[in-house]
Amino acid sequence: MNNYDVTVIGGGPAGLAAAIKASEAGARVLLIEREGRLGGVLKQCIHDGFGVIRFGEKLSGCEYAERFIHEIAKTDVEISLSTFASKIDNTGAGFLLHLSNKDGFSTVTSRTLVLATGCRERTARQVFIQGTRPAGIITAGAAQYFINVMGEMPGKRCVILGSGDIGLIMARRLTLEGAEVLGVYEAKPEPSGLMRNIYQCLVDFDIPLHLSHTVVRAHGRGRLTGVTVAAVDEHMQPISGTEEYIPCDTLVLSVGLIPENELAETLGVSLAKATKGAVCDQNYMTSVPGIFACGNALHVNDLVDYVSESGEKAGEKAAAYALHAAKPADQLQQPSKESACVLIEPDGGFLYSVPQKLELGSLAEDGKVQFFFRSKLTRGGTTVRMYLDDKEIFTKKYQSLRPPEMEKFEYDFSGGLPAEGQKIRLVMEEAEGNDK
Amino acid sequence: MISKDLICIVCPNGCRLHGEIDDAGNLNVTGNRCVRGKSFAGTEMTNPTRSLTTTVRTAFEAMPWLPVRTLGEIPKGRIPDAISELAAIEVSSKVMCGDVIAENLAGTGVDVIATMDII
Repeated sequence: MNNYDVTVIGGGPAGLAAAIKASEAGARVLLIEREGRLGGVLKQCIHDGFGVIRFGEKLSGCEYAERFIHEIAKTDVEISLSTFASKIDNTGAGFLLHLSNKDGFSTVTSRTLVLATGCRERTARQVFIQGTRPAGIITAGAAQYFINVMGEMPGKRCVILGSGDIGLIMARRLTLEGAEVLGVYEAKPEPSGLMRNIYQCLVDFDIPLHLSHTVVRAHGRGRLTGVTVAAVDEHMQPISGTEEYIPCDTLVLSVGLIPENELAETLGVSLAKATKGAVCDQNYMTSVPGIFACGNALHVNDLVDYVSESGEKAGEKAAAYALHAAKPADQLQQPSKESACVLIEPDGGFLYSVPQKLELGSLAEDGKVQFFFRSKLTRGGTTVRMYLDDKEIFTKKYQSLRPPEMEKFEYDFSGGLPAEGQKIRLVMEEAEGNDK
Repeated sequence: MISKDLICIVCPNGCRLHGEIDDAGNLNVTGNRCVRGKSFAGTEMTNPTRSLTTTVRTAFEAMPWLPVRTLGEIPKGRIPDAISELAAIEVSSKVMCGDVIAENLAGTGVDVIATMDII
């Protein structure tokens, strides 16, 4: 049976970055990918706009993935494609992974795990649409796979529900490939996707965006023949009398992404309600020692550049943890001392912030922490403040904040380490003298 | 004078721009957070251009479609012609990410590259 220091589950952008960094840190690394090719969802993301932050270039998603795939080929990472981790046991000293692939079942052990399992799309079953259940109702990601990987058109006359980025990208893609996109319907009063995608995917092709509208009913037997749309009130409830029937053969859903955490749950990893991903510390270690999480499995990102960044950190820290644990027992620190944490509590202005806690032992060695957050509502000029108990330790001003746009800041704690029992609070305030 | 409200598509910030070109041809842009926004507004108001990403057919069963993109931007109005030109292409050699698939797409002077390896 093979033994590894770090096993990374998932070969998308987070997993690739994690495996590369863990290997560079000197760990023996296994990367498990259930598909036949590395790259994760980026394989079907043929559109450009990836890597602007990391590479200063507008790459396609596939191209962005290829950079890491070429990079990982230069490392000693062992890659296991078309392989599924069906079960993982926590043995206390590490993890026992039950793997299945074309060669049959096998087991390996690993000191640490990096969960880079990405996210899943919300499906028709998770949004409330009345009526029949005909063919032709698909998620935006599935439509993307149909067109870009299989070369098949999902339909000719399409309605898109939800204004998430993939839905917007698919509005353009369907149009370029000859389908008619009748409109994008968004129940919220503002779009969920990035502004540049509203502009280059909808405005460019004269595709109407109907805010505060939703699809209330699907029609058709066998194949979708049309949908009923309606305006919604401020509680997102359909307003009677505003219904309109739209004949179409395809309804594309772009109604949100949910971190994929089935393995994490079986391992007893605590999940955060707000992110639906693992609760983690600044090293991306979860509530279970030795299990790390990164990328969209941790919280849904809007930019892959940040996914890679979290993967790199998780990989590096997992390697450090594994190599530290490999030392003889007399050199190890007391575990109780290692696991002392302070919690980070965002106020009601935040949809969420990550990480949720700081692990004090490692914070003393590396004080730099990246914070990621989303605001709950669209806001103008806003000041974000961080308090250690009642002392303000950090402020940053933002011209505007929108829930679809993840924000990031860094703070270095090495000048004043928090102590056990203290609390870190994040607060949002309207910026003074800013009326824009 | 031309005046237009735009959204910058250069980076994920998506700055909301307001561009004005006066009768003497001087460009004035507000709302941009960097210089790229100004140059985007200038192009967008006079000759809007876009990069184009799509797929082309291959001769390989394991990967029947190859993702490609223009190596630069082409005039927006040339996109339909560019799409039909690319629809006629079939790649029969094992190209790598970055290899040129088509030169001078639809007479725009812009080449098209593969964005994935055929393996």
